Amino acid sequence: MRNALMKSLFELAQHDTNVMLLTGDLGFGVFEKFEEAFPGQFLNVGVAEQNMMGVATGLALEGKKIFTYSIGNFPSLRCLEQIRNDACYHELNINIIASGGGFSYGALGMSHHATEDLAIMRALPGVTVVAPCTPEEAGEATRQIISVPGVGYLRIDKSSACEPDSPPEFILGKSRTLREGKDFTIMVSGGIAEEVMAASVKLSELGIECKVLSIHTLKPIDKEAIISACQDTRGIMTVEEHTLIGGLKSAVNESCSDLSVYPEHSLHMGINDHYVETVGSQGFLRNKLSISGSDIVESILKIFA
Amino acid sequence: MVKIETSVNLARKVRLHAVRMVNKGGSSHIGSVLSIADILAVLYNNILSFRPNDTKWDKRDRFILSKGHAGAGVYAVLAESGFFRTDKLLEHYQDGSVFSGHVSHRGVPGVELSTGSLGHGLPVGAGMAYAAKIDNKNHRVFVLMSDGELNEGSNWEALMFSAHHKLNNLVAIIDRNHLQSMKSTEETLALEPLADKFKSFGWHVSVIDGHDHDKLTDTLNRKYTTPHIVIANTIKGKGVSFMEDQVVWHYKTPEGELFDQAIRELESQ
Repeated sequence: MRNALMKSLFELAQHDTNVMLLTGDLGFGVFEKFEEAFPGQFLNVGVAEQNMMGVATGLALEGKKIFTYSIGNFPSLRCLEQIRNDACYHELNINIIASGGGFSYGALGMSHHATEDLAIMRALPGVTVVAPCTPEEAGEATRQIISVPGVGYLRIDKSSACEPDSPPEFILGKSRTLREGKDFTIMVSGGIAEEVMAASVKLSELGIECKVLSIHTLKPIDKEAIISACQDTRGIMTVEEHTLIGGLKSAVNESCSDLSVYPEHSLHMGINDHYVETVGSQGFLRNKLSISGSDIVESILKIFA
Repeated sequence: MVKIETSVNLARKVRLHAVRMVNKGGSSHIGSVLSIADILAVLYNNILSFRPNDTKWDKRDRFILSKGHAGAGVYAVLAESGFFRTDKLLEHYQDGSVFSGHVSHRGVPGVELSTGSLGHGLPVGAGMAYAAKIDNKNHRVFVLMSDGELNEGSNWEALMFSAHHKLNNLVAIIDRNHLQSMKSTEETLALEPLADKFKSFGWHVSVIDGHDHDKLTDTLNRKYTTPHIVIANTIKGKGVSFMEDQVVWHYKTPEGELFDQAIRELESQ
């Protein structure tokens, strides 16, 4: 995803000199070419995320179109009040890139597990919240989010799913069908879509055809897709590498409640309300928390048993 | 030619407005407003370039009140400077008003940045100053901060950033009244030696009497090769005898006889 992100950032900076990239001293080996090509549009503010968001606000008030970058929770939680009071309240074109969603940096420990970010960002008025499922989605989201008024939040994952053979168009706020299926709908945000795609292949072999929807944009969420999923298939499952409070599960259930549309079956895969103390790779931690592809298969099989 | 007499008169008007606003609204922080009234008056009368009818004029100087709790002072000086009618000021703190206790830009012409949580103004000012540098613009950015606010670590991040990038179009003013929310700054979290701290961070430091309009004007007009910080020694509650240097007027609302006395004292100055 990061390569796709960089490609889009490069193109945006090339076309508009007001586009600026700010980093909190992270991106070694990633940003050098950008800095070389656009020295006036790149700024490493140092390990100082509060100041990064304040400086971003000052620049955006003067007409700059800003991307801020850091990893895990640093560009979001560390400077949350600056995002709220400065960027959001002033309705500025500031787009926060958080590299390393979920357990991307699983072995680095709890400080680097970004597992509440989507809920927190979603609660801020006017923020567009995006967790792409594929590298192509990450690239397109980067390109599009800068044209959306207000603050954007872009969660970039180390893992990702592959694009389908005939990839549907990417539009922020509109879900994408990564796989067709008539029996059940799996909605997913983020790179954990790779587990969902693997699970859907396995389920197909077992005779259950799942539709896989990439809910890359959690806010504003695609309500029409949720209505269809509830009405056209036997049930829905949400999958997210994120706490079950406030993220995709909540966003979907809020929509169902608002629209008075309820699925026959409703399953939710995510992190129960706790921190993970042991470390490991992204795959290891998904297994440990029972949010892996095989866990998805097992849960859906129970419905069809 | 510096309009010293006028800025003194403007400061008096700001103080009178603020005491009336706080009395009508039943709000607080009057001591903090009186502390900076002279600085605000000098800025708006003698220093800042602005156009009240064109608040987005590109060449205007930018002013941020980082100690947002003294917002009544900014509303007053903006009204007196022609941004909106002075009779609007008494809407401050009322139900449905846009004139919130902490300064807000929404619906109030002339406010560059909404603040209220401390430690936000200087980083934003640094961003504005950085933008002016890369766009080769000549306006300046002024950030007025409290001394207690310096407890917030974000300020020190911005101090490092501004010096590193040689933002000599950025001026920070510290309202050094030595009082913060509960006790003196030195009893709470000692700031001294403050000037030395700023110097060691790479800023040019001026230490002046924050109620002396001549000194304020002269100092704020000066430009250096580094960002400039002005430690303006002030008296919290300045101008109303019973409020001066009393921490309780961070909170209390002047009412009844005390309100009348405050108005009498300010009108006679």
